[in-house]
Amino acid sequence: MQINDNLEKSEFKPLIVAFCCNWCSYAGADLAGTGRLAYPADVKIIRVPCSCRVNPMFILKAFERGADGVIICGCHPGDCHYSTGNYYARRRMTLLFSMLDYLGIERGRTRVEWVSAAEGQKFSLVMNDFSKQIHQLGENKKLGDIRCKKQQD
Amino acid sequence: MQRIGVFICWCGSNIAATVDVAKVAEEIKKEPGVVYVKDYQYMCSEAGQLLVKNAIKEHKLTGVVICSCSPRMHEATFRKTAKAAGLNPYMLEVANIREQCSWIHKDRKEATEKAIILARAAVAKVSLNTPLQPGESAVTKRALVIGGGIAGIQSALDIADAGYKVDIVEREPTIGGKMAQLDKTFPTLDCAACILTPKMVEAAQHENITLYTYSEVEEVKGFVGNFDVKIRKKARYVDETKCTGCAVCTNKCPSRKAGNEFNCSLDKRGAIYIPFAQAVPNVAVIDTEHCLHFKTGKCGLCQKNCSANAIDFDQKDEIIEEKYGAIVVATGYQISDVTKYDEFQYTEHPDVVTSLELERLMNAAGPTKGVLLRPSNHQHPKDIVFIQCVGSRDTTSRGKCYCSKICCMYTAKHAMLIREKYPDVNVHVFYIDVRTPGKNFDEFYRRAVEQYNVDYIKGMVGKVYENEKGGLTVRAVNLITNERVMIDTDMVVLAAAIEPSAGVKKVASMLTASIDTNNFLTEAHPKLRPVESPTAGVFLSGVCQGPKDIPETVSQAGAAAVKVVGLLAKDKLVTNPCTAEPNELMCNGCSSCEKVCPYGAITYVEKMLNDRGIKETRRVASVNSAVCQGCGACTVACPSGAMDLKGFSNKQIMAEVDAICK
Amino acid sequence: MQKTAGLIKKRALELLDDGTVTRVLAWSRSEDFIYEVSPTFFDKGNIDKMIYDSFCAANLSKYLIRACKEQTEGKILAVLKPCDTYSFNQLLCEHRIDREKIYVLAVPCTGMIDNDKLKKAGFSGVTKVIDKGDSLDVFTPDGSRSVAKKDVLLEKCLCCKGSEPMAYDEKIETDSKPFETQDRFACVEKLEKMTPDERFAFWQGELSKCIRCNACRNVCPACSCMKCVFDNPGSGVASKANSDSFEEKLFHIIRAFHVAGRCTDCGECSRVCPQGIPLHLLNRKFIKDIDDIYGEYQAGRDPASRAPLVDYRSEDAEPSIVEERGN
Repeated sequence: MQINDNLEKSEFKPLIVAFCCNWCSYAGADLAGTGRLAYPADVKIIRVPCSCRVNPMFILKAFERGADGVIICGCHPGDCHYSTGNYYARRRMTLLFSMLDYLGIERGRTRVEWVSAAEGQKFSLVMNDFSKQIHQLGENKKLGDIRCKKQQD
Repeated sequence: MQRIGVFICWCGSNIAATVDVAKVAEEIKKEPGVVYVKDYQYMCSEAGQLLVKNAIKEHKLTGVVICSCSPRMHEATFRKTAKAAGLNPYMLEVANIREQCSWIHKDRKEATEKAIILARAAVAKVSLNTPLQPGESAVTKRALVIGGGIAGIQSALDIADAGYKVDIVEREPTIGGKMAQLDKTFPTLDCAACILTPKMVEAAQHENITLYTYSEVEEVKGFVGNFDVKIRKKARYVDETKCTGCAVCTNKCPSRKAGNEFNCSLDKRGAIYIPFAQAVPNVAVIDTEHCLHFKTGKCGLCQKNCSANAIDFDQKDEIIEEKYGAIVVATGYQISDVTKYDEFQYTEHPDVVTSLELERLMNAAGPTKGVLLRPSNHQHPKDIVFIQCVGSRDTTSRGKCYCSKICCMYTAKHAMLIREKYPDVNVHVFYIDVRTPGKNFDEFYRRAVEQYNVDYIKGMVGKVYENEKGGLTVRAVNLITNERVMIDTDMVVLAAAIEPSAGVKKVASMLTASIDTNNFLTEAHPKLRPVESPTAGVFLSGVCQGPKDIPETVSQAGAAAVKVVGLLAKDKLVTNPCTAEPNELMCNGCSSCEKVCPYGAITYVEKMLNDRGIKETRRVASVNSAVCQGCGACTVACPSGAMDLKGFSNKQIMAEVDAICK
Repeated sequence: MQKTAGLIKKRALELLDDGTVTRVLAWSRSEDFIYEVSPTFFDKGNIDKMIYDSFCAANLSKYLIRACKEQTEGKILAVLKPCDTYSFNQLLCEHRIDREKIYVLAVPCTGMIDNDKLKKAGFSGVTKVIDKGDSLDVFTPDGSRSVAKKDVLLEKCLCCKGSEPMAYDEKIETDSKPFETQDRFACVEKLEKMTPDERFAFWQGELSKCIRCNACRNVCPACSCMKCVFDNPGSGVASKANSDSFEEKLFHIIRAFHVAGRCTDCGECSRVCPQGIPLHLLNRKFIKDIDDIYGEYQAGRDPASRAPLVDYRSEDAEPSIVEERGN
């Protein structure tokens, strides 16, 4: 597996926080488990009722505490258990991600994926892919909790 | 400080083979607040549950973490266990170390490390849990049905038959809706009136049903089980209790300028009128816009001729206030505006009609007494062209992007009925696709083609224009032969798109029920909850939810009724305790949360607050926990963090983040 | 400008006299420095202290929140520049102020002076400024000199939203001509064109200047929370000071996010920042993104409109749009 190759090359073990909505994505993750569809242990899931429960502050806090990547998973647009939650989440995350990009944070440290309760396979693929991406980006230094003033000129 | 017990399940070897449960136990013991740790082979077994129960009692646990399979599997089981041991069930959290750990990781060390982290996150969360109590609310055992077409009538009858009181509010002076205007129904060709009017009468006579015709819902307040509704009963200027429906007044009325709505304005009616012979209630109504008495103060012929003394020019609108436990929306549809399709000459030529107008032209009670005549010269037509999808499946801004679903079938019906009754008439149908999914539908369409020789032409009509013979010429392209087609015809029938009734927006906003971009009401779930609105206690019946034919409408109406009965049968509604809750002192009253709530659970109240000694009245959010479903959309919309979600609070989720990222 | 000031004062006095209003919210000046202007409430007793000139940049709308609470009888006369009326509308839309208690006198504006720019242009001890259309005559003890407006006006004025007030009960009109404005998104685009590392360095440099004085938050009409989330121990992000560089970012990102879709781009945050951090660049990025992705939206233009973050379309762009677009 490519991921293992990467792991051997570097000792870097990324920390990935995945916020999963209870109704679709968390169930999709369960299905990935039932199907023994492996993905790296880097990924730690936090269960939320809906993707719209994910506050940008949670994401920033995760980065502050050392997360290298944050992924938000919800029901596919149109299939939200609460009918409209993921639509709001989609706007919020789009704008937040764009802002992080604007601040110079590497694109790709954040992601939104829609994973239904039937998509165990997709969940596993997404997590493998995201983990690979974070491996490539390396450690999150820009948003970490390190006192770094502007370098003296 | 919480006293937390952590229980680690082996799940036989499902967990224990990959996760070193002893190591997890050893590590989790070091977490602050953890006073008891136990691992066991099958925690969900009777014996395992007993272990949890005993530990709660013996160690006076205030919080429990179960490290096991997915909470979607056994959270409910363990919460019951906790409750049985006297602990609030919401003081328990599950760390998913099977589906999301042992089953997907092969490396024992890696899996054990992850299991420890997941357990820590659950401990961190449970340390901040607070006991939650599900709320209870009473249920008013009465239902409201908005709309008295076949959908509303069927829902009302089913609810009433189950033994509950139902009120039907109908905007028009009679119930019956669109179905009453139809001549025959597909695919059986039985007459619409013959099957509908008995139901109308049944609804009127049912002891559990009250009809409010010529009435509109004015205001809806409250929530599931407890709606407070104001209904405006518009003045008919005819005393319903006295009018016998003898129709003497309607014949005497000298005003003959008003278009007869029931006949799609193909003929005229008096200013005082009964919509149609089988109207329910069979009571006259005065149209003040056309009534000479209301316009000039003179006339009054109806009053003079009414032997029942039913005419009351001084009648006023009446406001009825009633409480309901459930509301069914059955507001139906209307024909979309075809006047914007210049190419079809609808406004220019009387012989271009909509399908609903054709229904009236073919109906024995219609303006031509059921004899099919050209509206322009009252001659018998020789050729008729049907144009399908006028405004349906049209992605341009003037049309509707959806399929109106009923047009293919009713056009086949019209074609067949015409060919049956007038074998000399040539019938041509221009279509994009013929869609006939439904029991006996395709057979029906094939009969039109094979048995009745209806000329189906695949292609859209480009133009309809008046020819020198006074008839119409239809210009189109046959998409199969790729040839241009010109047909001289006497009549053109447009299968106009159907759209939700104009009033649905107002109704939806009163009910805080959401509507889609086409103004159809949205379901709580498109597959699994198709007759429920996302707003608890509001149910959907008929075309207000999406295009459908009569059999589908009736089945959906019945389904909505069952949902209503299921709700009304409950004495108390137990509500999910994981609901949003505002900190009133921090609330700005800005309405952001209210705007994103899909259930209309948030309202604003002016409230006297004591903010550290300062007493003032502030506008603050108030969450109705009987309606809130706990999605949390409001918590993120709230800039001050005043709105939080019980069971998934900001602090709890942050604590999980912290524990994971430690 | 002087003529306008006279008209405002005359109208204010009339409205006080006839009882339409009980007090007036406008600006006053300290006796020491011409640029020391503060928002002030006036009544008949001190109305002569009221001023209006090119130093009255402060957006008064936020002061109405508290004023409305205190106002038990009669109305407050709010003197609002066209751009202030956007904030006024936004506050109305968020139910933070009571329209019934306010009488809005919309006044024309010909651009407000940025004191720092004035200083940088070599003026010190300014005693008088005369508006000359596209330029200003600036008087100092050393004499007078003309300076182009584009060199000394506030950034928000150079990107003026227009001379038409969005809300008013009455407006004072003059024949003052609007001056040429700049594209307000040019500055955002400039940053967008940099490499991520350059952007990071830029923001690192700017945001590490932050001393968490909260001036931006206190002046911002959209930051009108009863209690800021950063002061709320229940939020999990409460902090009084930046303990690390991350918290500067967290504070400013969250602040910008909280006002996204509600920010009228009044520019007060940048104006009051004692460290000169161009905070408006954060807000304007959100405005630009909203315009680009969800369609043009100007907060405060129409109080009945729905802010983009409490709205959605089923066909909205996916968050991956951020990765897919250029740079």
